[in-house]
Amino acid sequence: MADRAELPPSLVRNPELDQWLTIDAEATVTLRTGKVELGQGILTALTLILADELGVEPVRVRVAVTRTGVAPNELVTAGSMSIEQSGAALRQAGAWARRLLLAQAATVLDADVATLDIADGIISAPGGNQTVSIWELQGGRDFGTTIDELAPERSPTEHRWVGRGMLRVDLEPKLRGAGVFLQDLELTGLCHARVIRPPGPNHRLARFDRSRIEREPGLLGVVVDGSFLAVLAESEYDAIRIAGRASAAARWHDAERLPEVADLSAYLVANESAAFPLREGVPVEAEVPPLTWPLGARRVVAEYSRPYLMHASLAPSAAVALLNLDGHLTVWSHSQGIELLRGCLARALRMDTDKISVVHTAGAGCYGHNGADDVALDAALCARALPGRPVMLQWTRQQEHQWEPYGPAAHVRMEAALDERGRICGWSHDVWGFTHMGRPMPGGDGLNLLAAGHLAEPIPRAVPRPALRAEVGIHRNAWPIYALHAPRVVKRFVADSPLRTSSLRALGAHANVFAIESFMDELALAAGHDPVEFRMNHLDDRRARAVLERVVALAGGLDCPSPGTGTGTGTCTYTKPSRGRGVAVARYKNQASYAAVVVQVAVDPDSATISAEQVWIAADAGQVIDPDGLVNQLEGGAVQSLSWTLKEAVEFGRDGVTSTDWDSYPILRFSEVPEVMTVLIDRPEEPSLGAGEATQGPTAAALGNAVFAATGLRLRDLPMTPERLRRTAAGPGDA
Amino acid sequence: MRVIVNGVSHELDVDRNVPLLHVLRDALGLKSVKLGCGLEQCGACKVLVDGAPEFSCRRTVGEFEGMSLVTLEGFANETLHPIQQALLDHNAAQCGYCLSGILIAARALFDANPRPSRREIQIALDDHLCRCGAQPRILNAFCELSANG
Ligand code: FES
Ligand code: FES
Repeated sequence: MADRAELPPSLVRNPELDQWLTIDAEATVTLRTGKVELGQGILTALTLILADELGVEPVRVRVAVTRTGVAPNELVTAGSMSIEQSGAALRQAGAWARRLLLAQAATVLDADVATLDIADGIISAPGGNQTVSIWELQGGRDFGTTIDELAPERSPTEHRWVGRGMLRVDLEPKLRGAGVFLQDLELTGLCHARVIRPPGPNHRLARFDRSRIEREPGLLGVVVDGSFLAVLAESEYDAIRIAGRASAAARWHDAERLPEVADLSAYLVANESAAFPLREGVPVEAEVPPLTWPLGARRVVAEYSRPYLMHASLAPSAAVALLNLDGHLTVWSHSQGIELLRGCLARALRMDTDKISVVHTAGAGCYGHNGADDVALDAALCARALPGRPVMLQWTRQQEHQWEPYGPAAHVRMEAALDERGRICGWSHDVWGFTHMGRPMPGGDGLNLLAAGHLAEPIPRAVPRPALRAEVGIHRNAWPIYALHAPRVVKRFVADSPLRTSSLRALGAHANVFAIESFMDELALAAGHDPVEFRMNHLDDRRARAVLERVVALAGGLDCPSPGTGTGTGTCTYTKPSRGRGVAVARYKNQASYAAVVVQVAVDPDSATISAEQVWIAADAGQVIDPDGLVNQLEGGAVQSLSWTLKEAVEFGRDGVTSTDWDSYPILRFSEVPEVMTVLIDRPEEPSLGAGEATQGPTAAALGNAVFAATGLRLRDLPMTPERLRRTAAGPGDA
Repeated sequence: MRVIVNGVSHELDVDRNVPLLHVLRDALGLKSVKLGCGLEQCGACKVLVDGAPEFSCRRTVGEFEGMSLVTLEGFANETLHPIQQALLDHNAAQCGYCLSGILIAARALFDANPRPSRREIQIALDDHLCRCGAQPRILNAFCELSANG
């Protein structure tokens, strides 16, 4: 028997073949996965993989609802790992099922197993006159087999669907307006709830005057547990209306205010932090090495930053919860990690995990850990007040903006030395940040569910701890992709964040790649080299070189049709409309997909507005499963990154977050989106790599580099708003 | 009060002060109409009102007395409407939460002008937020529809 360690980790965790697929009685195959559809097209990609490996048409594959205790436990859908994890597991499950089915067929058909194959579920004996279908052999029955070794998989040349793709399996119902989202669930007896949050992050409920809402028509109940306050009503609008009244009937104790933060970068650098130098990308508990430069080398220093960012899902987070009269709690949730959520709910509600089921139901895109888990606890607390009736609780837009766990701010200090030939001979990267690890975990000291901290018997949040694995959190992509001698890279973990933070798409890669790839352009300029050539001079990784070359070719070079007025001296003022192009490259997590991006901007001299006009992307995600799905992810990531980088910052004062809606937290609009062109470098011989977060970092840096090409102004602090551009143009004296 | 929704006249026994969105979703079960903000800021809730795209999340149902409303449920029968088909052919979405409002705006645009320019499409959709970044695909899909229209 082969070593189990070779098996994909998801199979080690869930080794029963029946956990992954069922040959149904009705000429279909049921696929099960612990990964969930977040709009990233994962179910389509997994369908293609299983269809090819087993030997059925993709239309025969039905994806089962992901439910705790039934679906394979794959922890969370995050980090662009779904193809690598669930895809690898399903491919093995398909290979195992095919092997078992062919062995059965060999007996039935009295043929040599080596001569048989499955084509759309039919197995034919050589000559073709005798056939048997997989549904006849196995329809509706369990395999009862444990996957304990690797079964031989089909070679890429045998794939019919992998690499070709198909229309998204979930799209047509959405286009028809079918009620497929969690918010659309229709359950018998469904009622609605709204939560009334404290006015600020630390406020406690002093008094709630129930009498002021008791006679409201439609009211079904009020939940007051410590500072958790919610109302239940027959209809959604009743709940909204009554919540408004309830809010006026609540009195809150004054609370400790947030710290005064005039400048986030200064706050990050000045606050107490724990420093961890990286060795080959892994943070270690060791002395931070001093900065030392070769004698006579030219030093270049630059500092970059990004603010807190929001996930800002288009739909406010929602959940449905039903406490059955027998005491079993079912929660419908759009969480990325339903098994983890189940354990956390058990802790918060002081229930047995066995007594809770969580069913994944589609939500709007979440881009990381947003309010999905928090609202599930809110709904469960309400369901306890009304056993036997399902309760839907949706946050308001303002609650989503004010209470979701944000993507943390970061500050990066880059320093390098250039030798006389203009090559990098010293490299230093210090990154300060708050935790990205805010997901609720069932174990450990605290519990990261918002309402858990508001209860009469509160469970506080877990104390943030620095994550010291490779490529997580703050230091994701801090390790340079370039072939540099002894890079000095330091993670600086700041525990004390004024705002609650967690995982936002790309984690630290957005700030780190923005810093590194902006800095590479600054170094190229200092060395008097072309930015592409300068990168190539320091880049050994052939796949990184390939995407960089491809994207520059795709864009037709970095010169603009109407060139910018930038002089490259940093003194230029943008007196006439100017254009510029910039490029950047990275390999996400230094282990997932490669992406290189060119952005072309136009800068308007009157409004100081930066518009992204065109984006070109070249990516290498190893073996391509679903080309169009992959392009969709890369493009969507690039557009979202443009939005973050150009426009977004979570604003807050001493009394809490003031970015409370789409007006106070603007994002990119249709009139502002560029045209995007993408090419893929398919490598069928290489493993498939996650790509959903690959363009976030390079797009940000390419944008900054394009602004410099257009104006001669280097924007190092995000977002790149008109105000920031004006201040940079005015120079430090006037800032 | 009476409204016509997707060609069918409804006599509604509802509080006139309830926002239209809640009446469409809850009383009439038209779940395509999406609540995104309730603030007339995101476009997820738009419906056609006598042919024009309007927010439904704040204005009360009483304001729509006697008017003819169309939601996404009123677009397609067996076959998809060409603007739906255009998005399907381009895989032009990620999560899809924004789609209903966008299709409403696009329907009004194409009904008035079957050959809009890219810029005209962008302007027509500018009330609509898409957090997934599917806009380039949506624009490409509608530009192609315009070119073939
Ligand atoms: S829900 Fe009406 S505009 Fe957002
Ligand atoms: S596709 Fe997700 S918001 Fe548009």
